Order: sequence, then C-alpha cells, then structure tokens
Amino acid sequence: MRAAPYLLSLPALLLFAGVVIVPLVMTVLLSFHDWGQYKGIEPVFILKNWQEVLSDSYFHEMFWRTFRIAFFVTLLTAVFGAPEAYILNRMKSPWRGLFLLVILGPLLISVVARTLGWALLFGGSSGLVNKALISTGLISTPLPFMFTETGVVVALAHVLMPYMVMAVWAALQRLDPQIENAAVALGAGPFTVLRRIVLPQVMPGILSGAIIVFALAASAFATPAIIGGRRLKVASTLAYDEFLNTLNWPLGAAVAVLLLFALVVIVIGASRLVERRYAQVFG
Amino acid sequence: MSRNGPFALIFHTLFVTFMLAPILVVCWVAFTPEGFLSFPTDRWSLRWFYAIARYPEFVSAFWRSLWLGALSSAIAVTFSVPAALAIARHRFRGREAMTALFMSPLMIPHVVLGIAFLRFFTEIGLGGTFVGLVLAHIVIVLPFALRLTLASAIGLDRSIEHAAVSLGASEWTVLKRITLPLVLPGLASGWALAFINSFDEVTMTVFIAAPGTETLPVRMFLYIQDNIDPLVTSVSACVIVITVAALVVMDRAYGLERLLVGRGADGR
Repeated sequence: MRAAPYLLSLPALLLFAGVVIVPLVMTVLLSFHDWGQYKGIEPVFILKNWQEVLSDSYFHEMFWRTFRIAFFVTLLTAVFGAPEAYILNRMKSPWRGLFLLVILGPLLISVVARTLGWALLFGGSSGLVNKALISTGLISTPLPFMFTETGVVVALAHVLMPYMVMAVWAALQRLDPQIENAAVALGAGPFTVLRRIVLPQVMPGILSGAIIVFALAASAFATPAIIGGRRLKVASTLAYDEFLNTLNWPLGAAVAVLLLFALVVIVIGASRLVERRYAQVFG
Repeated sequence: MSRNGPFALIFHTLFVTFMLAPILVVCWVAFTPEGFLSFPTDRWSLRWFYAIARYPEFVSAFWRSLWLGALSSAIAVTFSVPAALAIARHRFRGREAMTALFMSPLMIPHVVLGIAFLRFFTEIGLGGTFVGLVLAHIVIVLPFALRLTLASAIGLDRSIEHAAVSLGASEWTVLKRITLPLVLPGLASGWALAFINSFDEVTMTVFIAAPGTETLPVRMFLYIQDNIDPLVTSVSACVIVITVAALVVMDRAYGLERLLVGRGADGR
C-alpha cells in the first residue's frame, strides 16, 4: 500500500518530467549556446548571451521598464480592486452574485479580445477614453495611450484586476462581521473601522493578490505586444522577437530564463516576507 | 450589516464601467456598417459577421481551438484523477513537492513555457504539430483540472466507500460505482475550467503554433499585429458571446465563486 500514492500519480509525474522539466532544462542549456547569422545555433558552452543580457544597457532599460509596468499595474489593482471587493462584499443577495460575475467573468474572456477593446478605446487622439476625459474636464489635450507605458499599464490593470478582487474577496470571507459591529458599538466612526479593523485583516489578501498580479504583469505578453506595439518592448515581447523574428534563440532563452529567475526570487521573497509579517493571521 | 453609502456606489459604478467598457466596445464596433473602424450609432449591420465566413483561417482556427481545448482538458482530467486521489488520501514523502510540481504551470510565465516547448518540440520532431499543441495544453490546464478534482476528492465522505466495502463490494466496484460518481461534478467543472483556459491561451501557443496549426486566439493576435479592422472585432465579439454563455452555464451549474475563489459563500 505504501507504493499506492506513487503509482497513482505516476502518469502525471512522467508527463511533467518529460514535458515540463526536460524542456525547461533544455532552455537553460540553450541560453549558454552560441549563435551566428549564418551558422545558426552551436551547441557549445559560452557565457556570451548572459554577458550581453547583463551588461548591455538596452536590456537593463527593457527589464527596468518591464518591472516598472508591473509595479504600477500592481499599485492600480490594489488601490481600486481592494475597495471594490469590500463594497461588493457588503452588497445584498442578487446584486452581490451578479456583480461578482461581472467583475470576475472577464478573467475567462480571451485576453486578446479584451486588449483589442482597449486598443479601440484608446484609438489615437479621437479615442473614447480621451473624449470622456476631456468632457469631464480632467484633461484639456488628448493623452497618448497607444504605444505608451500608460496605455499598457491601464490595459494590464484591467486584464489582471479580477485576480486582486478575488484575493481580497477571499480574505473578506474570513472576516468576522462581529468585530466591525463591536468597533461601531464602542464608538468608532466608519473611517476608523475601515482603517483599524478591516484593513489590517484584509492586508494579507491584498499582499497575496499583489504578488500574483505583479508576477503576471511582469510576464504578460499579448497586452504589451498589442498596446505597446513593436517599439515599446518588455521582457516577454523581446524574447518573442528573438525567437520568431531574429531567430537568435540562445539570446531569447537567456532573456526568458532571467525573467523566470527574477520572478521566482521576487515571488518567493515577497511571500516569505508576507508570511512572516502576518504569521499570526496565517497560523 | 452596514450598507454602502452613495460614495461607495459611485465608485462601484465607475469600477464596473471600467471592467465592462473594453468588452462592450468590441461588440459595439463589430456591428459597424462601414469598411473601417467606427462606432455605429444609427445604422447597424451584420456585414462583418458574414465576412468571417469568407476567411477560412478564422473558421478553421476556431474548430482547432475547440478540439484542442476539449481533448487536452479531457486528458488533463484523466491524469489528475489518480493524482488527486493520491494527494487527498495519502501522506507520503514528496507529497508537497509533487503538488507544487503539478501546480507549477500556473507560476512559470507562459512565455517561458512557450520557449521551452518550442525548443523541445523542435528537437524531438513535434514542432508546429497538433500533437505538440495537445501535449503543451495538457500541461498548462492540468493545474485547473487538478485543483477542482482535488477539492472534490478531499470533500468526499469516506464512510460511503467503507459502507460499500463492508457490503462486499470489490475495490474496483467501489471506484467505479461510488468514488468516481461522487467526484464527477468536480471532474466536470475541472474540465470546463481547463477547457476555457485552453481555449483562451495565447502567450504559450503563439510560440509553438505553425501556420497550419494556429488556434483562434493566436490567429486573432497575429491578425491584430498586422492591422486592426472590423473583421477582428466581429470575431472577438463571437468569442466573447461564446465565453459569456459558457460562464453563465458554469455559474448556474457550479457557482463561479466556488470555481475561481475556492469555497463558495453558500458553503459557510
């Protein structure tokens, strides 16, 4: 019987060993191979690609842009997604379910279709977003959204917003409403309740949502490719270019492996910090 | 229970507008009677929906995506059932590591997986083939299938199985007549969630699909890269309508909250 769990999971284990671990190891090895315009990929072990990625200012700027976009997307989703989850949680029966469906539903709608929607809304100086902003008096001249970081951040914030709402929503479900009532009974105003009672308790939810959103934003592909265009490169679109246009696979592999490595370090580091800080909440 | 104030409701309205605007705008533009991108106001037309039929690339990509999603999700569920039973019922060495491995496609950026699959399939002679697409999609949808299968395997009442055994049922009969029927709702919703994720996947697939094996999102993405015209909005509108229909069915059948967040509000 002791072999039973291993036998049961053997098919999936073999599949993952063959189709996940082997390809990932091959990609890491690929990043050490040489490449030339005419000779193609040469299976040797050199550090050329890594030196290029780590020392060339072009790559520094690109990675810096990638993480800057991811940071602002995370900030936007936290600032707007967390209050919305709280409002949603206080709604009454039919509305609560309906709006949860409306807000989480886009998660399952094709990211290409959603990004196309933003491309249509931004659409140059005559785009609907600019018309709306000008008519409310917030701005006087149209803002450029297409092919800019601002546009990529807004569209990505929309694409990843459901993850933040979901994480905060899950934290809110664990909240005991009696604590809020107790605070009110003891004379706390609504703002004090929010700041002193609700926020500290949902903070782990916001932070875990932020980690997910950051990781997904830093590795997003379709949205930066469509909104950012060919000139505003992030790590994933650059790797795509190296693989399918320039055909310098070893260099593309180095970019991808570095992105994976950076994300693993950031995600694990951040999760450790959150867990240590909120050990009493998780424990 | 306290109510939402007027400020909260205004915030909520703006938020919902933000979430729905890009989706609605795609559907709106799809009805334009013009030959270029415009927002129809007084005249509406279905010409761009009829136009889809004249582009066989979109139609064949749609069917390919459908088959790919159905097949890879079915295989992923088949792989995840025994694995879920092992994880749910046994404490064994490497249990956590194994679960993390099966969930890893959620954490590894799809662009990295796409590159890894491209390199791997090219080396073993599966580059640009449908078989390669199926293998890659099984891996990326398996976490979704496993999560829901696992949830129903953990929630399973073992005493029913014990009762069947005490009444003389063989191990195989228990599996076939008791265990599988009880986890079936979990399997069905796991399959549905896996299917939608496969059907929408673009980042990884764009690396490994060749001109003859493009999926619908990949075809749409490549089309948009060249130019944005009303044709791609009508294709997107169709995709949106199909997804929303599937969403409503899944919400009625299983509860979207339970599917995405985990525990449902009804489970409290």
